[in-house]
Amino acid sequence: MIKVSPKIKRILVPIISIIAGFLVGAIIMLIWNYNPIQAYSSMFASALGNMNGIGETIREASPLIFTAIGFAIASKAGFFNIGLPGQAQAGWLTSIWIVLAYPNMPKIILLPLAIIVGTIAGALVAGVAGYLRAQFGTNEVITTIMLNYIVLYTCQYLMQQVMSPNLRIDTDTTKNISSNGSLKINWLTNMFGGSRINAGIFLALVAIIIYWFLMKKTTMGFEIKSVGANPFASRYAGMSSKKNIILSMLLSGSFAGLGGVVQGLGTYQNYFTQTTSLDIGWDGLSVALLGGSTTIGILLAAILFSILKIGGLGMQTIAGIPYEIVSIVIAAIIFFVAISYVIGLLFKTKDKKNNYQQPQRKERGPNNGIDGSNIEVGKKGQI
Amino acid sequence: MEKETKNIIEMRHIVKDFNGFKANNNINLTLQKGEILALLGENGAGKSTLMRILSGLLEPTAGEIYVRGKKVDIKDPTVAKNLGIGMVHQHFMLMESFTVLENIILGHESTKGPILDLKKAAKQVSALAKRYGLTLDLNARVADITVAQQQKVEILKVLYRGADILIFDEPTAVLTPQEVTEFIKILKGLAKEGKSIILITHKLEEIKEAADRVIVIRAGKSVGTFDVAAVSDDRLAELMVGRHVNMTLTKPQVKAGKEILNVKDLHVKDNRGIMAVKGLSFAIHAGEILGLAGIDGNGQDELVEAITGLRHVTSGSVIINNKDMTNQKVRKITEAGVAHIPADRQKYGLILQFPLADNLALQTYYRPPLSKHAIINHKAIHEHAEKLIKQFDIRTTSATLLASDLSGGNQQKAIIARELDLKSDLIIAFQPTRGLDVGAIEYIHKQLLAQRSAGKAILLISYELDEIMQLSDRIVVLHDGQASGEVKPEETSNKELGLLMTGAKTEGTNHD
Repeated sequence: MIKVSPKIKRILVPIISIIAGFLVGAIIMLIWNYNPIQAYSSMFASALGNMNGIGETIREASPLIFTAIGFAIASKAGFFNIGLPGQAQAGWLTSIWIVLAYPNMPKIILLPLAIIVGTIAGALVAGVAGYLRAQFGTNEVITTIMLNYIVLYTCQYLMQQVMSPNLRIDTDTTKNISSNGSLKINWLTNMFGGSRINAGIFLALVAIIIYWFLMKKTTMGFEIKSVGANPFASRYAGMSSKKNIILSMLLSGSFAGLGGVVQGLGTYQNYFTQTTSLDIGWDGLSVALLGGSTTIGILLAAILFSILKIGGLGMQTIAGIPYEIVSIVIAAIIFFVAISYVIGLLFKTKDKKNNYQQPQRKERGPNNGIDGSNIEVGKKGQI
Repeated sequence: MEKETKNIIEMRHIVKDFNGFKANNNINLTLQKGEILALLGENGAGKSTLMRILSGLLEPTAGEIYVRGKKVDIKDPTVAKNLGIGMVHQHFMLMESFTVLENIILGHESTKGPILDLKKAAKQVSALAKRYGLTLDLNARVADITVAQQQKVEILKVLYRGADILIFDEPTAVLTPQEVTEFIKILKGLAKEGKSIILITHKLEEIKEAADRVIVIRAGKSVGTFDVAAVSDDRLAELMVGRHVNMTLTKPQVKAGKEILNVKDLHVKDNRGIMAVKGLSFAIHAGEILGLAGIDGNGQDELVEAITGLRHVTSGSVIINNKDMTNQKVRKITEAGVAHIPADRQKYGLILQFPLADNLALQTYYRPPLSKHAIINHKAIHEHAEKLIKQFDIRTTSATLLASDLSGGNQQKAIIARELDLKSDLIIAFQPTRGLDVGAIEYIHKQLLAQRSAGKAILLISYELDEIMQLSDRIVVLHDGQASGEVKPEETSNKELGLLMTGAKTEGTNHD
C-alpha cells in the first residue's frame, strides 16, 4: 500500500487504469502474435504524427466532450443517464433536417437555428426520462436505455417515411448539407491537412467553460449538486427535487444533443440510417467516468479516447492489426476505469478520521421518489 | 495469577493513530469480572475507537490487550466473539419481519442436518431469558414489539452467542424513564450472574445508578478511573470536558408575547399512509419554549415535517405569524419565519460531502448577498461562513473543510448557526442535543434560552426528559399522535411524564 493524499490518488487512479488497459491490450496482441510496440507506435503516429491525424483526433474528441458533459451533469444530480446515444441521435437528425429544409437561409441565422433545434431535441428526449423520474419515481436507467431504442427507430421512420425524398439521396442517406449550415471552416481544414476538423471543437471548449460556470458559479449548479449529494437535506433546505431532476436531465440531454449536432453538421455533413445506438453516446459516458466529471478530466479523457479511435485506424492500416483488437484495448481501459475502486485499494489515502456515515440513500423521501440511482458515479471525483 | 484472572480485560497503553491524529493516546482500561464499568467521554474523545479496538473492528497502533490474563490479538470481530466479547449497538440490528427467536439465533442456528431445529433453539433461548430476567414473547414479530423489548432481543442475541463480556453503546437513548429503570435492573442482574459489562454513556445519573466504576476519557487520554460512589456528578462532568460545567441552567423570566405558531386539529399520515398525528392542537407564543415529550415514533417526525412543509397535511391547519401556512412549500415556510434544527443532522441537516461554508449557506444561498441573479458569490459565502464560525464557535480548521470531517458536536453547531442566523420567529429544535456530550449540550441549551430571551417561540421536541424539563415553559406529552396531557415542568415529575408518554393517563392532568 502506497500512502498518498486524496488529491494525488484522484490523478493516479485513472492513470494507472489507462496503463493497465494498454498492458492488457499488449498481452492480447502478443497472444495473437502481433507486435504491441509496433502497434502502439503506429497508433500514436497516425493519431498525432501529422497535421491530418491531429485534426482528426481533435474532430473525434469534440462530440465526446459534449456527451461527457451531458453524462456528468446528470450524474452530479444523482442520475445515471445512459440515454446519451438517443439524445445525440435526436440532435443529429433534427439539425441536419433543418439545414436541408432551408439550405439558402443566411448562415448567421441557419447555423445557430440548426444548433438550437438539435439541442432542444436532445433535451426533450432526456426530459421524458426526467419527467417520469420526478413524477413517478421511474428508474432512469431503464427509461433512458429504452428511449435509445425509441429514438433509434423513430429517427429511421422519420427519415425514410416523413422526410421529403427531395432531401435524400436514397432511403438510407440524406443529401449533404449546404455550407450555410455547416460547421466546416476552410482555413481550419487546410491547416490540418484536409482533415474533417470543424468548429465543433470551439463549441466544445465553450461548452466546457459553460459546464464549469454552471456547476461552480450558479445557484442552479449548487442545487443540482445538492440534490445529487443529499436529496433529503436539499428538500429540507427548500430546494425542489422535482424541478432539479427535470432540469438536470434537460441540461444533460441538451449537451448530448449538441454532441449529435457537431457530429452531423461538422463530421458527416449528412444523416444516414443508424443500425445501433451512437458510439459517441457510450464513449461520452466512459469519458465522463474516466475524467471524474471534472472539466480538465473530461477534456483529457476525450482526447485520449479519440487518440485510441483515430490511432486504432492507423494500427489497422499500418501495423495490420484488426480493429477488433483496438476495440479490446479500449474496452480494457474502460474496464480498468470501471474497477478503479480495486485500483484505489492500492493506495492508502492520508484521510483524517472519518467515522461519520454517509446518509443512507435507500430510503424513500416522503412525497417523491428521489432516492437517486444506486450506482454511485464520480463520487469525490474518483469514479 | 489470582490477580490476573480478576481482571477479565486489561487494555494496556492503547494507542490508535490515524495518520498523526491520536484518537487513543496511551489508554489503560481494566474490567473486572462481574462489574459494570462506565465509559464516559465527550464525542470524539476516543470511546468508540477504544471499543472498536476491543471488538476487533480496528487494530491498535500500539498497546496490549489481555483477556482473562492472556495476551490476545483481536484482529477481527470473530476473534472478539470467540473471546466472549459481545456488543449491543445503539442502533439495533434486527430483522423486522423475523420473529424474536429467529432474530436471536440468526447466524447461529441449531440444525438437524439441513433442517432448522427451532424447538431446540427455543428451549435454549427461553432458558437464557429466564436466567437473566429478560421476559419476551419469542414468537412475536420484531416489528410488533416495543423498542425496549427490541433491546432485550439484542441482549439475548449477544448472550446466545456465548458472550460474557458485554459492551453497551448508549443503551438508554431510546427508552422511557420506566424502561431505563428496568434496563438498569437487567444490567445489574447480568453482572450478578458473572457477566462483565462496559457501559458507554454520557448520562451521569445512569452511571451513578448502574456502574461500579467509571473511566473518564478526554481527547484520547484516560483522565482516570474512579469508584462511582466516591465521585460527584459535577466532578465527572468537569473531568470529561476539562473545565467547569454549569449543570443547572438558570432560566430567566421571559414574558410570553404574541402567538407565533398555532397548530389546530392537525392530522398527518406517515409513509405507510397510516395516520400518525391524530388531531393535535397547540400554540406557542413569543418568548416561550414548548417542550414536546414522548417516546420515539409517536408522531414527532410527522408533526415536524408537516409544520415545515416536508410532509402533506391531511387536515387541520398550521398558522405561523397569523398566516395560514398549511401545505405550503418548504422554502415559503422558512421565509415566513421558521428555523428548523432537524433530528437527523447527517441526513437532513447537512450535505456531508460539501464544505462547511456551503452547508452554512444552505438556507440562504439563493438570495443576496450570497448570490445575485442566480450567480453565486463565493467570496460572500466564505465571509458568511467565517462570520458564523466565529459567532457560534464552530471548531474547524477552515470554512472549506468538508462537513463530514467535523465532529458531531460541531456539525450540530454548524446547523444551529445556520438556522439561528435566519433570525426566524419560530425555532423548531428536534432532538437538538442527540448524541452530544455535556459541553456541547450546555452550549446548545444556552443558545436556545438566549433565543427565548430574544422573544423567539421555540418548539423543542426531545426524547430526553431532563432536557424537556429543564428548558420548557410548558410541556405537551405526545402519545400515539395525540396530546396525552399538558403539564408545567415545575408541577410535574419524570414519573408522571413517563406515565403520560405511555398513554396511561389519556384524560389530561389535574394541573389545568
